[in-house]
Amino acid sequence: MSMTRRTMLALAVATGLTAPAISIAQAESMKIGVLATFEGAFTVLGEDSERGALTAVQEFGGKAGGNDIEIIRGSSDASPDSAVRAARKLVEQDGVKILVGPLSGDEGIAVKEYAKTQPDVTFLNGSSAAQDTTFRDPAENFFRFSTDGAQWMAGLGTYAYNDKGYKTVATVAEDYSFPYTQVFGFMAEFCKAGGKVPSKSWVPIGNKDYSSVIAAIPDDVDAIYVALGGADAVNFLSQYQQAGGQAPLIGGSITVDQTVLTAKGRLHDILVGTPAAGPTADTNDSPEWKAFVEAYKKQDGAFPSPSLFAHAYYVNMKAALLALDEVKGDLSDGGKKFREVLSNLSFETPTGKVSLDKNRNAIADMFLTEVSEAADGTLLNKLIKVTPQVNQTLGIDEADFRALGKVSRDNPSCP
Amino acid sequence: MSLVETQRTEKLRGSGWRELVTPAHGLLLLFLLVYPAMASDFFLTQIGGYSLILGMIALSLMLLAGYGGMVSLAQITIAGAAAYVIAIFGENNSGVHGFAWPWWVITPMAILFASVLSAAFGWVAVRTEGIYTIMITLAIATACFYFTQQNYALFNGFPGYSGLRAPEVFGLYWRDPVPFYYLCLANAVVAYAAVLYGARSTFGLTLQAVRDNPRRMRAIGYNVTAHKVFAWWLSGLIAGAAGVLLAWFNGRISPGSIAVGPAINILIIAIIGGLRHPVGPFIGAVVVVLIQTFAIDLVGAERFNTLIGLFFLAVVFLSPDGILGLWERVKPRPDRDAWGPGPERSGVRE
Repeated sequence: MSMTRRTMLALAVATGLTAPAISIAQAESMKIGVLATFEGAFTVLGEDSERGALTAVQEFGGKAGGNDIEIIRGSSDASPDSAVRAARKLVEQDGVKILVGPLSGDEGIAVKEYAKTQPDVTFLNGSSAAQDTTFRDPAENFFRFSTDGAQWMAGLGTYAYNDKGYKTVATVAEDYSFPYTQVFGFMAEFCKAGGKVPSKSWVPIGNKDYSSVIAAIPDDVDAIYVALGGADAVNFLSQYQQAGGQAPLIGGSITVDQTVLTAKGRLHDILVGTPAAGPTADTNDSPEWKAFVEAYKKQDGAFPSPSLFAHAYYVNMKAALLALDEVKGDLSDGGKKFREVLSNLSFETPTGKVSLDKNRNAIADMFLTEVSEAADGTLLNKLIKVTPQVNQTLGIDEADFRALGKVSRDNPSCP
Repeated sequence: MSLVETQRTEKLRGSGWRELVTPAHGLLLLFLLVYPAMASDFFLTQIGGYSLILGMIALSLMLLAGYGGMVSLAQITIAGAAAYVIAIFGENNSGVHGFAWPWWVITPMAILFASVLSAAFGWVAVRTEGIYTIMITLAIATACFYFTQQNYALFNGFPGYSGLRAPEVFGLYWRDPVPFYYLCLANAVVAYAAVLYGARSTFGLTLQAVRDNPRRMRAIGYNVTAHKVFAWWLSGLIAGAAGVLLAWFNGRISPGSIAVGPAINILIIAIIGGLRHPVGPFIGAVVVVLIQTFAIDLVGAERFNTLIGLFFLAVVFLSPDGILGLWERVKPRPDRDAWGPGPERSGVRE
């Protein structure tokens, strides 16, 4: 009778598995899943996105369609596999019928694929901004009221060529679908205006040593387009400065945000004057934006100004709550009516009007900004220009846009 | 080898199948067989199936560490290699490769490839001992992770492959909750029984002797390197089978699945469960999957990893032998030395 006890222990542990399955009770509240990166390299961004979602919930007094809202969180580490696992848990175990998320590019594509297997659940994007989440092979029940990374670049390429006078630009970006989309958006305009991009460098997320990347940048470029996020941006910029780099910079949407502008060190000189573009701008004067900033600041641990992640989760959550009010919280038909309302929804956000195209991707205003020094010496993104109502094909005819091909390391190209 | 050791070994070799299959095994198997009747689909696949898969990968580590004294951090890499074979030669919807070969070709191919790769890793690693084996396998795992993440021609880089489908055989789609659970269970039972039996085979006993005193074994004429590499190959079979199931389970494979975090996760599962007995990795997997899935509901999104860490710390602090050892500590028996392979025979030796 060897091992009896051990095996009995295994039995006891296994019995514990069934207990939670029995205790799933249906409460009379509207469950909404929020999927974000609460672990890994993007934790800070994930926490800020949750603040954005909660700002929307508070705006509605914690109620939608007459029911109390219950937020259930799911965590990923920015890898597509973990995002799908977290989404599965929220949908299949917690029974949410509405899910807001995920945060980063390839997660969005993975969750979209998963959405196809759950036709009765409605998925609203978080802040994930890869083009192919909605543009190629979209899911009927996946909605993106935030825009994609190429849309965020609206106006930047033209501005860099015409106003800044940069004729050749090298790019440095992280090696996954969101930066591909950003580079695509920048180059679509820049190359059309006549600019050349002779060199593109792709670096892994979390890279620490950029010396080989910096050495590979040609000396004769007029500027460097940098689409790196968080710590990666700080590491690259400080190493570039130490290496004696002189070329001016052009920023991606998450490259020159507050997390980088407030970083310690001597980045100050090389950052001032850097143009960038994105779905938000720090110095937006509109009363709607200011009201949003005030509401956002009531959340625990809020930044001085909401990041674009908080903004994207806010917009998507608000869309869900508006549509829930419209159908009076009735999802008994598998959410069909709810999704119909969502498809036709058009509403005012802190950054202007948002509506959806036929792929359920948002059409919204974009902001061209430039890093400038405030009176007290801090850096902020000054609003230069608003590009109104940018759609996913960037104003290009859809067939022509599709012919440009799928975004990747090598597409587009104009050396 | 002392006289006592020899006698004990003889006694062990005499024990056959009947002694291995105890009533408790029967009860456990019965419970696992009727589990689908009690559990929701989520508990069936996301907890049950996933635990069995991770348990198998941890079992392949337990085989190496427990019987061979070689702690490997590259087991998830080996499983990932099998999953990538499935993705590249089977069907995927990523638009890269995806030769759509039939499942009965790619499945054995994936497992075989994983086992050969495992033997190759082993060939490199057996030249080292103890902490150096851990370091060299960690280096291999990290290198493979970065390589897959940056190579687009073969591995499709960061996004990896999606749209992997389990086969449809006998009119069943094997990724449906109930068939998939039984598929995982069948694989796990075979792997478990094979390890349990193999540990008492001539090879298993030789391997344990090599672990305890390689110099002496070499002196009496055993090829120590060959035995160790063969153990790596065997563990590659188990990890490879688990890798195929993992690919079907997630429906996708990307470098995120074989990163350093998941590699250490496998070690945690094996340590939490206990390395003394093949059931340990499965207990560890169930506990780890449950806590990783539900910790976020217990303490909220900001601190759930702290809870997981504290729990692991508590287990390791209270019992260096994992949950199996904890059980023995809590429930002392008068005939304690008499049951099961004790630490002096199958535990990890320092």
